[in-house]
Amino acid sequence: MDLNFSPEEIAFRDEVRAFIEQNYPPHLKGKGLREDLSKEDFLAWHKILGKKGWSAPAWPKEYGGTGWTATQRYIWLEENARGETIPPLPFGVSMVGPVIYTFGTPEQKQRFLPGILSGEVWWAQGYSEPGAGSDLASLKTRAVREGDHYIVNGQKTWTTLGQHADWGFFLVRTDPDAKPQEGISFLLLDMKSPGVTVRPIKLLDGGYEVNDVFLDNVKVPVDQRIYEENKGWTCAKFLLAHERAGIAGVARSKRNVEKLKTIAKAEIGDDGRPLIEDEDFQRKLAELEIDLSALEMTELRTLAREQAGRGPGPESSLLKIKGTEIQQRLTELTLEAVGNYAQPYTRELGEGNEFAVGPDYSRGAAPIYFNWRKASIYGGSNEIQRNIIAKMVLGL
Amino acid sequence: MNFDYTDEQNAIRDSLSKWAAQQYDFDKRREALKSEDAWKKNWATFAEFGLLAAPLPEEFGGLGGGPIDVSVVAEEFGKALIVEPFVPTVVIGGGALTYAGSAAQKDEHLTAIAGGERVIAFAQAEPKSRWALNDVSTSAKKDGAGYVLNGQKAVVLGGPQADVLLVSARTAGGQRDAKGVSLFLVPKGAKGVSTRDYPTMDGTRASEVYLENVSVGADALLGPADGALPLIERIVDDANAAYNHEAVGCMRMMTDLTREYAKTRKQFGKAIAEFQVLQHRMVDMFMAAEESYSMALRATIKLGENDVERARAVSAAKVSIGKASRFVGQAAVQIHGGMGVTDEMRVGHYFKRTTMLDATFGNVDYHLKRFTALSAKAA
Repeated sequence: MDLNFSPEEIAFRDEVRAFIEQNYPPHLKGKGLREDLSKEDFLAWHKILGKKGWSAPAWPKEYGGTGWTATQRYIWLEENARGETIPPLPFGVSMVGPVIYTFGTPEQKQRFLPGILSGEVWWAQGYSEPGAGSDLASLKTRAVREGDHYIVNGQKTWTTLGQHADWGFFLVRTDPDAKPQEGISFLLLDMKSPGVTVRPIKLLDGGYEVNDVFLDNVKVPVDQRIYEENKGWTCAKFLLAHERAGIAGVARSKRNVEKLKTIAKAEIGDDGRPLIEDEDFQRKLAELEIDLSALEMTELRTLAREQAGRGPGPESSLLKIKGTEIQQRLTELTLEAVGNYAQPYTRELGEGNEFAVGPDYSRGAAPIYFNWRKASIYGGSNEIQRNIIAKMVLGL
Repeated sequence: MNFDYTDEQNAIRDSLSKWAAQQYDFDKRREALKSEDAWKKNWATFAEFGLLAAPLPEEFGGLGGGPIDVSVVAEEFGKALIVEPFVPTVVIGGGALTYAGSAAQKDEHLTAIAGGERVIAFAQAEPKSRWALNDVSTSAKKDGAGYVLNGQKAVVLGGPQADVLLVSARTAGGQRDAKGVSLFLVPKGAKGVSTRDYPTMDGTRASEVYLENVSVGADALLGPADGALPLIERIVDDANAAYNHEAVGCMRMMTDLTREYAKTRKQFGKAIAEFQVLQHRMVDMFMAAEESYSMALRATIKLGENDVERARAVSAAKVSIGKASRFVGQAAVQIHGGMGVTDEMRVGHYFKRTTMLDATFGNVDYHLKRFTALSAKAA
């Protein structure tokens, strides 16, 4: 047992740190509000990494992964958080990509994986429906086979950043008579297909980050189905476990702790001392850091297991719960730290009307606090994650 | 002991809640927030109902009521998410004038407040003051018989609607000295006053106020020169007592909306209200709202006691309610699932309002410290 990096790992860290410093577009450093970014902004770093061959470190080498060890991947995430980069979006690299290389045909791999690696193709997730959230298997979007096509009808929702998407991966019902989990298929769908309508949903923070997606007689070639017909649930479960593993966001939370400390040094508390010297604030910050250490160590143990060939299992639910709780506490503490200047909400101002109110660091605090309430809901709510641990880990 | 409301108080509640149901539903509120002037019509209605006159003295057009009347109004404001500046105008402005105004000031302003013709905003916080009431950099220098004011005031709630500003300014001493703070009534249209208006996190609006060589007469001074801090403490306690009731109204609505949603939303073949983990969460929300009401009422009843007891009770309530409303708001959004984080659901707007209230005149940590310091004095 050893928590220290080896000399080789330190050399690796220096290499990636230098690469980020030299290649990351400076104007995109530390952008907090994702939905304000343009499509080009989102993809800029992804495309740079695609050229370098570093866009999907977790993939097997034969499909375009880096062949890094779990420790190297951990270092990679740390360094990206340190450089405040906008990481490649998860929908392609972390979600549909692994499904395609695990369950897809050789033709499908050849057709879809390069666009994911390069960042040329933006993917969106079509999982939840208005009536199927936590109970995902109750989804109703129907796909009827007609010759070499499916005709798809239904509505998906909470499709994150779907307004920019080129392609989507959708769970659809192909056998309405089977048990819920046994009649689902996994389809890849060109978002430009006739009959696809994307409607952005306004959220609590005033932004448009998620979408409804309406499917009206959309024709999808059968060769865009991944894995067997009616076996889509296998892909869905596989994907959800992968999604959860990345959801802990330890490196980003560590970075946000540092940012919070910077705020607390600049902010003068009510007694005239810097907030960072306030004992109540110090205690909350310390508790957060300690809990984050526990999460980090747990994630490292999971990574080590993965390295030993045991993929993410139901334990990844733990990472999702604890990771999102810490992310949310960080947004809360940041909100508290900025005091009464959390109240102005300048992101709601119209074009050309904008002026700065309060210190720079105060402006994202409230929108981010409101926005991150999503974290304990998405990817399977934290209540569902506890059910998974109860059933799959504790055998209750 | 008596926890009953009077017939008049019940009548205020009923008329306001009926009006809100008909005239201030979610869509109409949204419209009111978008337009610059829609609030004026609502304000005139509040004057008609007597809400704006409720706690003010009878000799100046008021109804001679007290904090309990205010609490009834505030709770209904919370339930209906009414955003018009009742607390800044009636509780803070009206309170300061009632406690310390000269006969001429009362005559000029209180009657106008009661009639709905005067809106006052409290220009107190400053860019670096956070919530510390004694931290005042804005200066008021003697100039002949009057004063000249210079400085910047931050996040002035109700500022966009106001025609008169109640400004705290330093007439003596250093930035954080308790002594040397004075209050002034300054017309927003006075020469040298400029404002920048902007939206706040709950969808309402506030202003930054800039004072540049603003000349006022001696009659603009409200209360004692150099010695206004105790008065400021008192009106802010009054305001927090009212805002606490508003938060209670919000919490009760969030609890109700969540319960109704959980009863109709089906997953896994049944209403999610049947899941025990959600039932217990909703029970905790209910208990938090009930205890919050208890603490809000306790503080309101103690507003008439001595400075230390009054302040302790208000800070205690602010602590309880700050914690409770955060829990209730987050739980309400969580139980609503994805719908909870959308703009179209009412529940999120209550959550935003209580978050706003928590950051108004001191958050939980601020009042926990204040309570502790006051307890040492009380002992």
